[in-house]
Amino acid sequence: MAFAPYAAAAWLFVIGLYGVVCSQNLLRTVLSLTVVQSATYLVLLGVGYRHGGKAPIVADISTHSKLVDPVTQVLVLTDIVIEATVTALLLALVVQAHKRFGSVDPARLRTLRH
Amino acid sequence: MTHLTSLPVVMPFLIAPLLVSIGTFAPRWLEDTLALMVAAGAMVICLLLTIHAGSRPYAYWMGGWHPRSGVAIGISLSIDPVGAGVAAFAALMVLAALTYSLRYFDAIAGLFHGLMLLFMAGMVGFCLTGDVFNLVVFFELMSVVAYALTAYRIEERAPIQGAINFAVTNSIGGYAMFVAVAMLYARTGELNMAQIGAVLDGHHADPLVIVSMVLLLLGFLTKAAAVPLHFWLADAHAVAPVPVCVLFSGVMVELGIYAVARVYWTMFAGTMAPHVDTLRAIIVAVGVITALLAALMCVLQRHIKRLLAFSTISHVGIFVCGVGLLSAKALAGVAVFIVGHGLVKGALFMGCGVLLHRFGTVDEFDLHGRGREVPWAGVIFLLGAILLAAPPPFTQFQGKSLLESASKDGGYWWLIVVFAAVSAATSGAVLRMTGRVFVGWGPSEGPDPQQARAAEERVDETRDERDHTPPLMLIVPGVLLAVTTLAGLVPGAVPWMVDHASRFADHAAYARWVLQGQVVHWPAVAPTHVETLDVVVGLLTMVAAFAVAGLGLFGRGWLALLPRGLRAQGRGAVLVLRGLHSGHIGDYIAWWTTGAGMLGGVCLLALR
Repeated sequence: MAFAPYAAAAWLFVIGLYGVVCSQNLLRTVLSLTVVQSATYLVLLGVGYRHGGKAPIVADISTHSKLVDPVTQVLVLTDIVIEATVTALLLALVVQAHKRFGSVDPARLRTLRH
Repeated sequence: MTHLTSLPVVMPFLIAPLLVSIGTFAPRWLEDTLALMVAAGAMVICLLLTIHAGSRPYAYWMGGWHPRSGVAIGISLSIDPVGAGVAAFAALMVLAALTYSLRYFDAIAGLFHGLMLLFMAGMVGFCLTGDVFNLVVFFELMSVVAYALTAYRIEERAPIQGAINFAVTNSIGGYAMFVAVAMLYARTGELNMAQIGAVLDGHHADPLVIVSMVLLLLGFLTKAAAVPLHFWLADAHAVAPVPVCVLFSGVMVELGIYAVARVYWTMFAGTMAPHVDTLRAIIVAVGVITALLAALMCVLQRHIKRLLAFSTISHVGIFVCGVGLLSAKALAGVAVFIVGHGLVKGALFMGCGVLLHRFGTVDEFDLHGRGREVPWAGVIFLLGAILLAAPPPFTQFQGKSLLESASKDGGYWWLIVVFAAVSAATSGAVLRMTGRVFVGWGPSEGPDPQQARAAEERVDETRDERDHTPPLMLIVPGVLLAVTTLAGLVPGAVPWMVDHASRFADHAAYARWVLQGQVVHWPAVAPTHVETLDVVVGLLTMVAAFAVAGLGLFGRGWLALLPRGLRAQGRGAVLVLRGLHSGHIGDYIAWWTTGAGMLGGVCLLALR
């Protein structure tokens, strides 16, 4: 089952892209974007996972015990921080789009046609 | 000296929140002074690093986590003259944009200054880092700040749409890179680029390595706006405030190119060595498509900022070809060309700022002949347009002639024709617009309804009254043009670049100086000459640019001479091409996915 996280990640990445492409609501576009990003968490965690490994906190367990890789977990944390920032910014833009355009359908935003 | 290394990244990070928090009550001059000082300081330190690393590139290990017996656990800033030089260039552009904003922007309460400094921190860190994960994080950091800066005039409609398109497209590029980093970590157990390169060296390029390389390329080419990942760029440039456009076109987009070269030469050069010819063909193809398509779109625009944006994309195509040639000489050419192009494009956008400030629009037809009120802006546009065509003997020409020579060496002599055509088309488009706006040549079609609506909405981006252009807004672009004209003429500047580009492209030596701290002795690089052919091509390009401009201004009658069927087909093709740039984020991501699939598929099939 070692491939399961990667298969799930590939699925999330693709279905997220599909969501962004087909979305008729900017809110859903932003949420689909977070689906794409959750694929990156899964890949990172899958890479760092060791079967039977303990959480990598060595305060109260032997330093020789089998641990999952702490590095990828730290990378996921950074990734989450980035997601929070991007999502917050995009949601603010969507709120503003709703105010100015009166719609959150990307097909109804028509200021950049050429 | 070495402890100064992290300062150009750390300093703006510390000052930016300060600027934002004091913004509401501090006087404007204080914010301006602080921001300018930080930008100038970062530039000076980066220049010092460039000189210092010139004789001996070095890795600065954060927190003193040095590598033990060639294994790196710590995070490094790997300083070589090319990386530090690009960082200094980014800081210079930020300095120029901030100086320009002194008289251009009104009522920005520290927020703008803070964002600009964060943007600079992201770009400088991106150039200096030696760690692939940090490379991606700095990429995200500068991207997020760039989204916010794009939507800076949040009360208008167009900037909101432009920023959403920009943010969604670039975020997806960023996520592709996260996956790539995870895959590289899975294969090598390392995050330091030198170390990853060293581990990959002995191995055959299996699908995992190829996919991770493709995903990294996709991220950086999204930032660099290669076709078909480019749609966000024109939108973002059309709506962002002028000083921000200066940075987008001048450096941010080019950093994508820098990163492609960086990750290739540090990590993949060894394992890809058997496939180098195939990889070259693939990347050059991407570059050629980008250059030609964007040049065509550039000629078709009447919104001047959008016109300049497409000119940037088409130059990106040239740079992608250059990096894709995978040779040190081409890399040197790209580096010289990027500096020349960035300064010119910055000056041209500042010229747009003058038009926006005075007339509230950048519609070529609406401005027909009105530019006569600001003749100096016309001079800036004229000089900028001429320099875009890379005429001898200026900086751009030096870069282009290196690129041409490298194309011939690599067996791609026909790239010379592509480069010339693209330079002529983009330069011709700007010349045409200059003639129409500042002289009043050619027919007028009246204002464009979409742009007129946007202009009505526009809430005073600028300060001061409308019948007067502050001299500073003309002096800053003038200085940029002077610098770009002269930089390539300084004796020794171009050979210096050729020397250091060849060291940048030395895969094995990079691992030695980063991981072992060795002093590497490079052999002298054979000097390059400008050939007569290059000069002839340069002059012909200039003539062709004037021809394109003339055709755009007075050529309507001539077009009527073409057979009707051909005209209808041409018009149909143009409509389709315009229709693709729909402003709809779903369409853009559909194209992104198509591009990703094609690049990935071709690489997986061809690089075996």
